[in-house]
Amino acid sequence: LSLSLSVTRIHIGLTLKFRGRDVRKSPAIVWDEYLTGPFGLIAQYSLLKEHEVEKMFTLKAGRLPPADVKNIIFLVRPRLELMDIIAENVLSEDRVRSPLRDFHILFVPRRSLLCEQRLKDQGVLGSFIHREQYSLDLIPFDGDLLSMESESAFKECYLENDQTSLYQAAKGLMTLQALYGTIPQIFGKGDCARHVANMMIRMKREFPGGQNSIFPIFDTLLLLDRNVDLLSPLATQLTYEGLIDEIYGIQNTYVKLPPEKFAPKKQGEGGKDLPTEPKKLQLNSAEELYAEIRDKNFNAVGSVLSKKAKIISAAFEERHHAKTVGEIKQFVSQLPHMQAARSSLANHTSIAELIKDITSKYPFQYSTYASEDFFDNLTVEQEFMSGIDTDKVNNYTEDCIAQKHPLIKILRLVCLQSVCNSGLKQKVLDHYKREILQTYGYEHILTLNNLEKAGLLKLQTSSRNNYPTIRKTMRLWMDDVNEQNPNDISYVYSGYAPLSVRLAQLLARPGWRSIEEVLKMLPGPHFEERQQLPTGLQKKRQQGENRVTLVFFLGGVTYAEIAALRFLSQMEDGGTEYVIATTKLINGTNWIKSLMEKLEPPPF
Amino acid sequence: MAWNLKEDLRDCLVAAAPYGGPIALLKNNFRKEKSLGSRPLLEIYSASGVPLASVLWKSGQVVQLGWTASEDLLCIQEDGTVLIYNLFCEFKRHFSMGNEVLQNHVREAKVFHTEYGTGVAILTGAHRFSLTTNIDDLKLRRMPEVPGLQKLPSCWAVLSQDRVTIILLAVGQDLYLLDNTSCSVVTPPGISAHAGAYVQMAVSFNYRYLALFTDTGSIWMGTSSLKEKLGEFSCDFRAPPRQMVWCTRPRSKQRAVVVAWDRRLLVAGNSKECIQFVLDEDSYLVPELDGVRIFSCTTHEFLHEIPEASEEIFKIASMAPGALLLEAQREYEKQSQKADEYLREIKDQNLLAEAVRQCIEAAGYEHEPETQKSLLRAASFGKCFLDKFPSESFVWTCRDLRVLNAIRDYQIGIPLTFAQYKQLTIEVLLDRLVLRRLYPLAIKICEYLRLSEFQGVSRILAHWACYKVQQKDKSDEEVAHAINQKLGDTPGISYSEIAARAYDCGRTELAIKLLEYEPRSGEQVPLLLKMKKSQLALNKAIESGDTDLVYTVVLHLKNELNRGTFFMTLQKQPVALSLYRQFCKHQELETLKDLYNQDDDHQELGNFHVHSSYSSEKRIEGRVGALQNAVDEYYKAKNEFAAKATEDQIKLLRMQRRLQDELDKPYVDYSLHDTVYSLILDGNHKRAEQLYRDFRIPDKRFWWLKISALAEREDWEEMEKFSKSKKSPIGYLPFVEICMKHHNRHEAKKYAARVTPEQRVKAHILVRELDQAADAAIEHKNENEMNLVLSKCTAATDSLVVEKINRAKAQTLKK
Repeated sequence: LSLSLSVTRIHIGLTLKFRGRDVRKSPAIVWDEYLTGPFGLIAQYSLLKEHEVEKMFTLKAGRLPPADVKNIIFLVRPRLELMDIIAENVLSEDRVRSPLRDFHILFVPRRSLLCEQRLKDQGVLGSFIHREQYSLDLIPFDGDLLSMESESAFKECYLENDQTSLYQAAKGLMTLQALYGTIPQIFGKGDCARHVANMMIRMKREFPGGQNSIFPIFDTLLLLDRNVDLLSPLATQLTYEGLIDEIYGIQNTYVKLPPEKFAPKKQGEGGKDLPTEPKKLQLNSAEELYAEIRDKNFNAVGSVLSKKAKIISAAFEERHHAKTVGEIKQFVSQLPHMQAARSSLANHTSIAELIKDITSKYPFQYSTYASEDFFDNLTVEQEFMSGIDTDKVNNYTEDCIAQKHPLIKILRLVCLQSVCNSGLKQKVLDHYKREILQTYGYEHILTLNNLEKAGLLKLQTSSRNNYPTIRKTMRLWMDDVNEQNPNDISYVYSGYAPLSVRLAQLLARPGWRSIEEVLKMLPGPHFEERQQLPTGLQKKRQQGENRVTLVFFLGGVTYAEIAALRFLSQMEDGGTEYVIATTKLINGTNWIKSLMEKLEPPPF
Repeated sequence: MAWNLKEDLRDCLVAAAPYGGPIALLKNNFRKEKSLGSRPLLEIYSASGVPLASVLWKSGQVVQLGWTASEDLLCIQEDGTVLIYNLFCEFKRHFSMGNEVLQNHVREAKVFHTEYGTGVAILTGAHRFSLTTNIDDLKLRRMPEVPGLQKLPSCWAVLSQDRVTIILLAVGQDLYLLDNTSCSVVTPPGISAHAGAYVQMAVSFNYRYLALFTDTGSIWMGTSSLKEKLGEFSCDFRAPPRQMVWCTRPRSKQRAVVVAWDRRLLVAGNSKECIQFVLDEDSYLVPELDGVRIFSCTTHEFLHEIPEASEEIFKIASMAPGALLLEAQREYEKQSQKADEYLREIKDQNLLAEAVRQCIEAAGYEHEPETQKSLLRAASFGKCFLDKFPSESFVWTCRDLRVLNAIRDYQIGIPLTFAQYKQLTIEVLLDRLVLRRLYPLAIKICEYLRLSEFQGVSRILAHWACYKVQQKDKSDEEVAHAINQKLGDTPGISYSEIAARAYDCGRTELAIKLLEYEPRSGEQVPLLLKMKKSQLALNKAIESGDTDLVYTVVLHLKNELNRGTFFMTLQKQPVALSLYRQFCKHQELETLKDLYNQDDDHQELGNFHVHSSYSSEKRIEGRVGALQNAVDEYYKAKNEFAAKATEDQIKLLRMQRRLQDELDKPYVDYSLHDTVYSLILDGNHKRAEQLYRDFRIPDKRFWWLKISALAEREDWEEMEKFSKSKKSPIGYLPFVEICMKHHNRHEAKKYAARVTPEQRVKAHILVRELDQAADAAIEHKNENEMNLVLSKCTAATDSLVVEKINRAKAQTLKK
């Protein structure tokens, strides 16, 4: 399946080539910085160079850098603030020299009337010879992972009632179906899921030319609202990849790490030339070792690494046994692969050490604020998730506020408690809010308001706390979790089984009818739709052949949830393979951040 | 012919469209006296004479009729106006051939077809030519003058050579060629000196050949480039013929000209002989791609060269493989063993494939279904004895013939030949059926040929629907319902196109009803806006989920409606309202406030004021004012907490301002926590206490805060004093931690002694007194604690401790 998804990559790449040709010769591209990441995944810089892209700039206020080119293409998201910058660019351009250059604008993923209106208001709309869109809806991140990388999708959908990203998601799903066949079954849970399904059905009617004649790859589409499961992103992810993301932040498959551990180990030089630039690594399944460990619980990573180390050094030892020329030749031919494996192992050993320093149960030294209490924090999280003391003010949280730990950490804890208690009692909620406002500043009142609107923080309205029922029915908390050789998805959070993934699991077997009651407790409708296939395309399943389900997380998905789905795919008797799509790859920190209102005090 | 003509054809102006097209007659046109009762009558018939429509001619004098390539009728009037009618005599539009023509009148006119489209050439009373090559993209061209031309030319024709349209005209014995810029005299090669004056000329269907008839009865045939002579024929008739047309077949070597007089038809070719027919009645010749159609009052015939395949098969005593195969099949049906003999004869020559091919081809040329069938049966029979004969040609011929037979039916009346059909293509044929409003047949053909819905059925249904909306005698409901019944959700149907047609016909209500069926909102919305149904457009835009579309309508509404109505409209549409709010957030903050005001959304208004206290107000008083507004709104929203918090914020802001003035340090916009911290850091304990009390900071947090600040200040004395001021609400472990953080082990030890027994192990570890930590752990008999201590031990320095713990552990195990 991973092979077929990479077709998307090529497909998108080709479209880009075509686009590049559109605007005649040797253009300079001015990038919306946010787009460079996602675009890097589909079109390498060198590819653009090949297609005569002369220069690349980042979109910045002020004047455009000088470049001897005739055409300038702005590649931007349709956002008003970017339009203002573009307008400034264009206007200052004209002042410096006579209008020699042609401007073009390429919206990603969609042209927007609102933005064009803004350009018009600024008096520059006429300066653009071409205004086009580049429909980059779903970007392939890995063989089984697609993301729209729309950073504010959750906020827009659940806070602002702006469903632009859902429209884009539906469009993306239509493109996907055009490439991989109509998906016969659609399930969903949540208001946004319903909306996307409705739009898909609608768009299907809009497609001219009738039936798609491609044999369907996906059997089922599962649309899930993020607000059906607000809990999973709040909890600290405990898979290897999840922890890398929690601690260092993975962006478009790249992570930047502190350089110390990656210093080249050469004798004699001591610690003289420690690199100062952060170490940048790409993380995806193309790297054999990473593919193996990314989705493991972090506690199971160490043993794999040491096993690998033994195998590799054994392999290198082989050379001593190589006697004949033929044997030596064979050894040499394997060298590049072995060296790659060794450097990969070195990298991941370093990363694991970095993480270990932070997560270690018995920190050797109280070095930094943030790291000292990873374990305490986790303990509290797990207490909440297993339903202990969720209804009163938590001491640890209080202490963290008193010590002014990072606000986002506090918000994650408080929200987690609220979610695990189906809302907090008025007194508890007000106490937390007051503590936060006094400690971090009153400006955060708007952030708190946003969290309340999104349902992350709420007042317990009914006296009933639904969470224990949901937890028990869906087996969200597993006491006997096996981190080394897991037998259940709960290993990704060392005890907590992500609700979203449980929903997917229960859908595959035995079906949602078994949890009808719990589904009603979760927000939004649940539904099933069928898309009729022509008889020729209906699947005749062979014995033992897996079903393929596309799970679309509307509002973001965490690496731990992805790991849990991959775990389900690999289960021998699972019978279902999962492909994941989302509006954005998130973790608790960047998710909460996207909901925060940034109020800067005026300069005094 | 199905028609029942009372007039002679010669009394009518006649025009018949090629490709089996319709026939137009204008009766009474030549009568000079224009009494009311004898107005000319324009009638249109199918090629089989079935009347399609008629209309009483009320416009000016018509000089010439002609059909366009898309089967519209052109009526060229004397004043140079060209009126365009459709097949059903419905007026479509008109255009003029220019002022010059208007002044000098049209004397003669010709309609011609080139790759540019349908053209019209005019000869005016001033003996000048004007022409346009495409009436749909009208560009009039006035041709140069012919020197010395005093009377009308005896005959002329339009030629198209290398995409240039030129005119060939004959005046007496002279031939002139008129192109865009010049006029030149030409002589046909090889024409005999005594040929005489030219009286008639004919250009072939493909403009490649030219025939000239002179008053000596000589017919010259050659290429229209006048470079090559093909032949010359001398006939006994000198009278100018009524019509002369070419009769050829594409890719055939034989070329012939058909010349018609009143009662006589003559076919002349490259041979001394000619074929003559007697005409019983007035006849009219229609040149076709592969022959000539000849119709009269009663009959309609097709004269063509026999195709090679047919000739081979049906020639008397033919021994061609096809002929043998046909014979073999007949014998086979008679259950005669001769079948085998014939078959063997073909097979021995290894010509069976050729025989099958011939039969299939010949079947295509036949008009009589029985003959077609017997030929196809023969082909099918022959195919059985062949291993690898590709079946496509057979299958396709069968299908094509089925279609051709259907449209040749006299009720449909499109007598297309196989060659014409192939030239025309199925798409154009379908268009022509649609033009004749033969929708069911067209759909049947699409289904029969399994054309994709998008190309076939959908397109035809859409045409049908566009026709349907023009039926004014039916109510909007009926029409909309009928259309939807037929069209349903057929993919590729554009309801909006149909609706646009309905709107053009002035049926707005019908258009709206039809748009209901349009699945593509992107198509619905612009039309609805055009029809000024913006509210409906808004609904549709929202349904589509396309937010940009919603914005389009919202901004349209904003300009169209007054503010009040605009707001009211939005109120009914939460989706649009939220989007507009987003818009206002970026573009018009004040409007945002108005929106919240209208909704009595006090919570959002409160938030709005908080926002503006940061973004738009610079001075403290302005900020306090904004916050005060927020407080009021929060109270109205019954959000006690937010109101109180904001009141606190105002209090803090004022206090910070005062502190700033008094202490000459920036305090404004510090959080309460940071303000107190900063005060303690500067030793202003009194003021810090004041804030602690004023804002009711919880004890626990205040203690944390105070000891952190004191530690940073390294005011250990004050810290100790504070620790003794009353019992610590946070215990003493934080003291230990904070001292250690600031690397003061000495102070830390003091507090380590004061922590509760449960925290003692941790405290000792913190101050690095592992021995005491071990003692405490052993005292607690707590294995976890012992392990914790162990994990901190290093073998080199702490071997004694390790030993102690291990001993203790061993003891607990024993018990």
